[in-house]
Amino acid sequence: MSTMNTVGRPTTPNRVESKPATLTGGRGLLQDEHLIFESDGWGKTGVDLPEPKTDGSDLGDLVRRDPIGLPGLSEPETMRHYVRLSQKNHAIDLAIYPLGSCTMKHNPRLNEKMARLPGFADIHPLQPTSTVQGALELMDTLAHWLKTLTGMPAVALSPKAGAHGELCGLMAIRAAHEASGQHERRRKVLVPTSAHGTNPATAAFVGYTVVEVAQTGDGRVDVADLAAKLGDDVAAIMVTNPNTCGLFERDILEISRLTHEAGAYFYCDGANFNAIVGRVRPGDLGVDAMHINLHKTFSTPHGGGGPGAGPVVLSEALAPFAPAPWVVHDADGYRLIEREEDEAAQAFGRLCAFQGQMGMYTRALSYMMSHGSDGLRQVAEDAVLNANYIKARLSDLMSPAFPEGPCMHEALFDDEWLKGTEVTTLDFAKAMIDEGFHPMTMYFPLVVHGAMLIEPTETESKQELDRFIHAMRALAEAAKAGDVDRFKGAPFHAPMKRLDETRAARSPVLRWTAPEGSNIAAE
Amino acid sequence: MRYLPLTPDDRSAMLAAIGAKSIDDLFVDVPKAAHRDGFVDLPRVAGELEVERALGAMAAKNASAGSVPFFCGAGAYKHHVPATVDHVIQRSEFLTSYTPYQPEIAQGTLQYLYEFQTQVANLTGMPVANASLYDGSTAMAEGVLMATRVTRRNKAVISGGVHPHYVRATETVVHAVGVETQVLPAAVDAEADVIAQIGPDTACVVVQTPNVFGTATDVTKIAEAAHAAGALLIVVVTEAVSMGLLKSPGEMGADIVAAEGQSIGNALNYGGPYVGLFACREKLVRQMPGRLTGETVDADGKRGFVLTLSTREQHIRRDKATSNICTNSGLCTLAFTIHMSLLGETGLRKMALLNHEKALATRDALAAIPGVEVLTPRFFNEFAVRLPKPAAEVVEQLAQHRILAGVPYSRLAPAAGMDDVLLVAATEMTMDGDIKILASALAKVCA
Repeated sequence: MSTMNTVGRPTTPNRVESKPATLTGGRGLLQDEHLIFESDGWGKTGVDLPEPKTDGSDLGDLVRRDPIGLPGLSEPETMRHYVRLSQKNHAIDLAIYPLGSCTMKHNPRLNEKMARLPGFADIHPLQPTSTVQGALELMDTLAHWLKTLTGMPAVALSPKAGAHGELCGLMAIRAAHEASGQHERRRKVLVPTSAHGTNPATAAFVGYTVVEVAQTGDGRVDVADLAAKLGDDVAAIMVTNPNTCGLFERDILEISRLTHEAGAYFYCDGANFNAIVGRVRPGDLGVDAMHINLHKTFSTPHGGGGPGAGPVVLSEALAPFAPAPWVVHDADGYRLIEREEDEAAQAFGRLCAFQGQMGMYTRALSYMMSHGSDGLRQVAEDAVLNANYIKARLSDLMSPAFPEGPCMHEALFDDEWLKGTEVTTLDFAKAMIDEGFHPMTMYFPLVVHGAMLIEPTETESKQELDRFIHAMRALAEAAKAGDVDRFKGAPFHAPMKRLDETRAARSPVLRWTAPEGSNIAAE
Repeated sequence: MRYLPLTPDDRSAMLAAIGAKSIDDLFVDVPKAAHRDGFVDLPRVAGELEVERALGAMAAKNASAGSVPFFCGAGAYKHHVPATVDHVIQRSEFLTSYTPYQPEIAQGTLQYLYEFQTQVANLTGMPVANASLYDGSTAMAEGVLMATRVTRRNKAVISGGVHPHYVRATETVVHAVGVETQVLPAAVDAEADVIAQIGPDTACVVVQTPNVFGTATDVTKIAEAAHAAGALLIVVVTEAVSMGLLKSPGEMGADIVAAEGQSIGNALNYGGPYVGLFACREKLVRQMPGRLTGETVDADGKRGFVLTLSTREQHIRRDKATSNICTNSGLCTLAFTIHMSLLGETGLRKMALLNHEKALATRDALAAIPGVEVLTPRFFNEFAVRLPKPAAEVVEQLAQHRILAGVPYSRLAPAAGMDDVLLVAATEMTMDGDIKILASALAKVCA
């Protein structure tokens, strides 16, 4: 029986045992939301504009006459549409987002504020450089930080993402081999089996043949196999360090020595720089080129899948081949060199229309300056500490892929411990969703069966880590106890049940089309 | 440090749980020779205030577009972006989420990407669009590579009206895989020149409308000529708003559209991040680069969305992928799709007409200046003028008077012999007073 206040309003909830389904499909705060194309917004607009004084008739037959097929929404409808959608997303700001290899760390809002200063956000890429000296100064300052942190002499800022950075690095390597007359001979790129998919894809994209290098039992590059495959037909090796198993390549100096001895270049995938920033400089490891994902290590937001930024630091040998544009600083101030033929440089070309991801440069520099050299070193240490803590606290229940020695910034488990439970890595991941957590990276790296790669990052508190560990342990125990239903149908409590990806791929529906018989005139 | 939650006590407790004596124990795999004590030579931790001061000082040295009469275009345009757009894209659930690989808890991102794909398909007049590429120039490069895969031919014929930086970005990438490019001489009305160059080895013809000189062209006949030779037509659009007034590439027979979407919802940002729009014919979809969102159902039969056709992509196919692309321009697509939802067809058409109106007014004002010749015959919101002096000098002089008069063509292509050509753009942001200021200053400089 509930108690009532003086006007008869219940002040304590009634206890009801059964849980009736809702009548409309709504679920509390979670709203079902239709597509904008299913709204009644055909003909509406949420932007008030003055009446144009031209009808475009001077353009004659060039004018678009047929309906375009774009619904419009008023401002309140727009706000609601996107806020409703937003509530179906997991986010770093909600809970730990332990995707291995993705470095989902806190995104400081100061960075957003800085990137929106009109002096950065509202300047045109082709304004006279005399009117954007501060923007060039920012690029130059960012370059200085990146070069100092990596111990490398040069950086190409313009690549727009990690994979674009890989492209930049390999093209610089290719240009260097062309310059020395060795390109025709050096057509292979060596890539360890544990590499990100972008590595072989990029090497192939640039026209190289990809040769895989084996991995040792302790999760590192097999140096003997590498040495056997290195030769005068190899253009480069691409090694991720710390690697995708979350381990530091102990033999890295030997790897770079052998590579250079064979006349090849060492491309380092810098996706995992977060583990060593401020503590280890890739330049001291013999790296010739390395992209830095500003959206990982330097906390520019992932934004649901971009935009990223992938500046590439370059060794002395590769620096002359960096693509246009670049910034130079002399007595007259900052200048932007936009054409590869300028300054008698040997640049391999240009990777995009303008200067790259200025908005990301601003955010990354804001983040770096906030941390400083001391804070950044602490970033690496805390990231590694958090990962090792998770590994230590889960190793009695789950099977670490490489139990010996510490991991770096991410802890890798295989699915050995799930044997006989009928629960797969995928099932386990989906059950994590029910507990309120985003799953770790699954089935990557490919070298580990049923891989679960957990990267907490340094911005998780111990309390949040303990909460995560508690959930993981509870789930692991449930799996081992035979509570299979909890996993097989999961998630039960997410906005959606498990989605049919096979169906989506078999008969792709990639856009909305007006239903038969409707009078909506979309294309 | 304000972004780091661990306390010294936490760290000690955690090290104890791990069984490590110090943090250095966790870095034992780093070779001694590469080990560094102490901090790298950079400033130490800084508070918000210090960072704001340092970056604010840099920002203050730049002349922002909104603070001066502004006429720059050539692939990046200043349009008004409704306040709603920037608010929504900063919501935590959009800003701080990852690529939607776990669709059950990423329907927000997946649904807006599906809506974005539909908007882009309809805007370009094409059957399908992907979830975006980095920008318009990389979209063009991917389009050329895709055409070579589809046709199994190896040569691209590129109009002299295509933005020179787009051409350079494309050549840089496609030459690496041995694709040949034939770039025709720059000319204000260059697009139709490509027809005579189409041959049996042509994989694709690349044209731009409106082109870099602003010229709008009906490319229907070019499409017919390309198709007759078994080649594909790639249409590049650097000003997405133009498709609210001009015939769509799809209507004119394009097979692939590679466009810059910055104009809708996104700031100038000194060149990035922008958003590459990429659309194509339905039968080409399995050769498409980049992410695609598709419709499906969940275990309860409820409609939902997932990333699909990923067997084209690098994380599955590795060295056999259609492209090495991993990231798209997620948050920029969100800005695009919100702005487009606000505009709707009614708003977009009106905005496009306002752009055209302002450009016509600017054209009229400049045409009246002795010694200034308007070169572009028909245009959307941008046109080229010939000046009696090198355009770069004029632009620099006017910049000293806090007027951003446009983009000298020589900045894009110094060797084209068009040093006296200035590209002038106007948008709905352009005020009548700005046009007057530009015209009178230009008249003085050219006198």
